Amino acid sequence: MRTSFVFSEVVTGLRRNVTMTIAMILTTAISLALLGGGLLVVRMVDKMQANYAGKLEVSVLLTNDVSANDKDCTQQPCAGLRSALEQTSGVETVVFQNRDEGFERFKRIFEAQPELLKLARPEAIPATFRVKLEDPDRTDVIKQAFEGKPGVKGVDDQSKFLERFFEGLNGLRDVVLILALIQAFAALLLISNTIQVSAFTRRVEVGIMRLVGATRWYTQLPFLIEAVVAGIIGAVCAVGLLVLGKAFFIDRITRNLTESGIIPPVGYLDILIVSPWLFLTAIVIAATTGYVTLRLYVRL
Amino acid sequence: MIRLEHVSKVYKTSTRPALDDVSVEMEKGEFVFLIGPSGSGKSTFLRLLLREEVPTRGRVYVSNFDVAKMSRRRVPRLRQSIGCVFQDFRLLPTKTVAENVAFALEVIGKPRNTIVKVVPEVLQLVGLDGKEDRFPTELSGGEQQRVAIARAFVNRPLVLIADEPTGNLDPDTSQDIMLLLERINRTGTTVIMATHDHGIVDSMRRRVVELSFGKVVRDDARGVYGVGR
Ligand SMILES: Nc1ncnc2c1ncn2[C@@H]1O[C@H](COP(=O)(O)OP(=O)(O)OP(=O)(O)O)[C@@H](O)[C@H]1O
Ligand SMILES: [Mg+2]
Repeated sequence: MRTSFVFSEVVTGLRRNVTMTIAMILTTAISLALLGGGLLVVRMVDKMQANYAGKLEVSVLLTNDVSANDKDCTQQPCAGLRSALEQTSGVETVVFQNRDEGFERFKRIFEAQPELLKLARPEAIPATFRVKLEDPDRTDVIKQAFEGKPGVKGVDDQSKFLERFFEGLNGLRDVVLILALIQAFAALLLISNTIQVSAFTRRVEVGIMRLVGATRWYTQLPFLIEAVVAGIIGAVCAVGLLVLGKAFFIDRITRNLTESGIIPPVGYLDILIVSPWLFLTAIVIAATTGYVTLRLYVRL
Repeated sequence: MIRLEHVSKVYKTSTRPALDDVSVEMEKGEFVFLIGPSGSGKSTFLRLLLREEVPTRGRVYVSNFDVAKMSRRRVPRLRQSIGCVFQDFRLLPTKTVAENVAFALEVIGKPRNTIVKVVPEVLQLVGLDGKEDRFPTELSGGEQQRVAIARAFVNRPLVLIADEPTGNLDPDTSQDIMLLLERINRTGTTVIMATHDHGIVDSMRRRVVELSFGKVVRDDARGVYGVGR
């Protein structure tokens, strides 16, 4: 295979219909950027799940009365509740956190939001049992057993909140991936169309190639490589879009949440890890579309 | 070398066969004229040799290729051993003379150093040395046909097929092209040429196979165009 020959054919091919090539590259780029965005959300959810795994707790919030008067949990009903919790099967540890400690913790989490801190008063923070379970999914047991007991204001289940949060993220991921899919379909049609136009403009040349005994590979490879090269350029643009998106968009809107450690930040490393998949997708889609187009619509 | 056994070809869109039970044999090194009125099946005959078409019935052999039966994958091999020239030259307008000839070798994967050696040789053979950097539009019709012949011959084919190669040329230029085809024939290459040109056939006195309505109606070893008609 004469690579220089194939290469020069590809370059002339791409230059011959510049407008189509640009359209093809842009569509591919947007589609891949959306796919990349979706993959980043997936990574974020995974990271968060790993972060919170084992750390998830059920908080048993105590009434105002207990919070105000029983700083060390030595009186009833607090002491009774503690031993009841410790004796519940499936409970790993029980930590008592009084109102002042709770307020300190709140201040640490939200130190990036001074406006919020100004509004907060220790009186709003109840004393709490932070209960860690052996199986983090079995939170219902605690809720059923302790909700409504004297001294208990409520049972707060972090996993329920996180579940809802993950649901939101997964919804976002699905929307992004569906958009990516639609855009990918447009890219696919454009690739197919470009190849057909390209094959038509080169029909004389291809006719001669066939006549002098060029193999199928020789006649078709330039078209395939043309599509794949455009796909790769599209993937490069997509990675560029993700980097720009991170620097000017995602970083800004998620700064508060990431700085307080609630959600992990999207790093350049994440984009780096996601991008090989974008290249792979681009190459596979361009090559298969090219191949199928040549087989079905272009008689070479 | 070339053998057709009871070959018939019926195109899908027509009822009358383009070739009707044709059996002919041509030896290595022969020069054969294929004549007959328009629509008698000359081009169809040549396309069957190239496997541009497959016969409806019968068998076609070229060298040791069973042309009608061979797999698509082997067709390039067959075509690499056949050179083709047409009435309309079929040169690439964006390539120079030398590039047009080199193209035929590039696309079948010949190495660069072979190409730079044989292209000037064949251009000299066809009498185009000094014009290798011209574009087809900068050449006369006769010169363009020489480029086409150079391209057909550069890979030293066993057979050279020419479908009305002088159809677009004036008599003098045609004569030059015939001298060139004769020279190529003398290297041992079988030449099969479809033509309407009485003068050429009569002056060359070579084998003449005449087709009429798809049938072989005459096969003279040293024929002329139209005996007794
Ligand atoms: N691709 C095709 N599809 C259908 N019919 C065809 C096709 N090619 C040729 N024919 C028919 O087959 C017959 C033989 O055609 P062919 O081209 O072989 O004739 P020819 O002898 O080369 O004529 P000419 O001297 O005009 O070139 C004609 O009747 C023609 O209409
Ligand atoms: Mg014809």
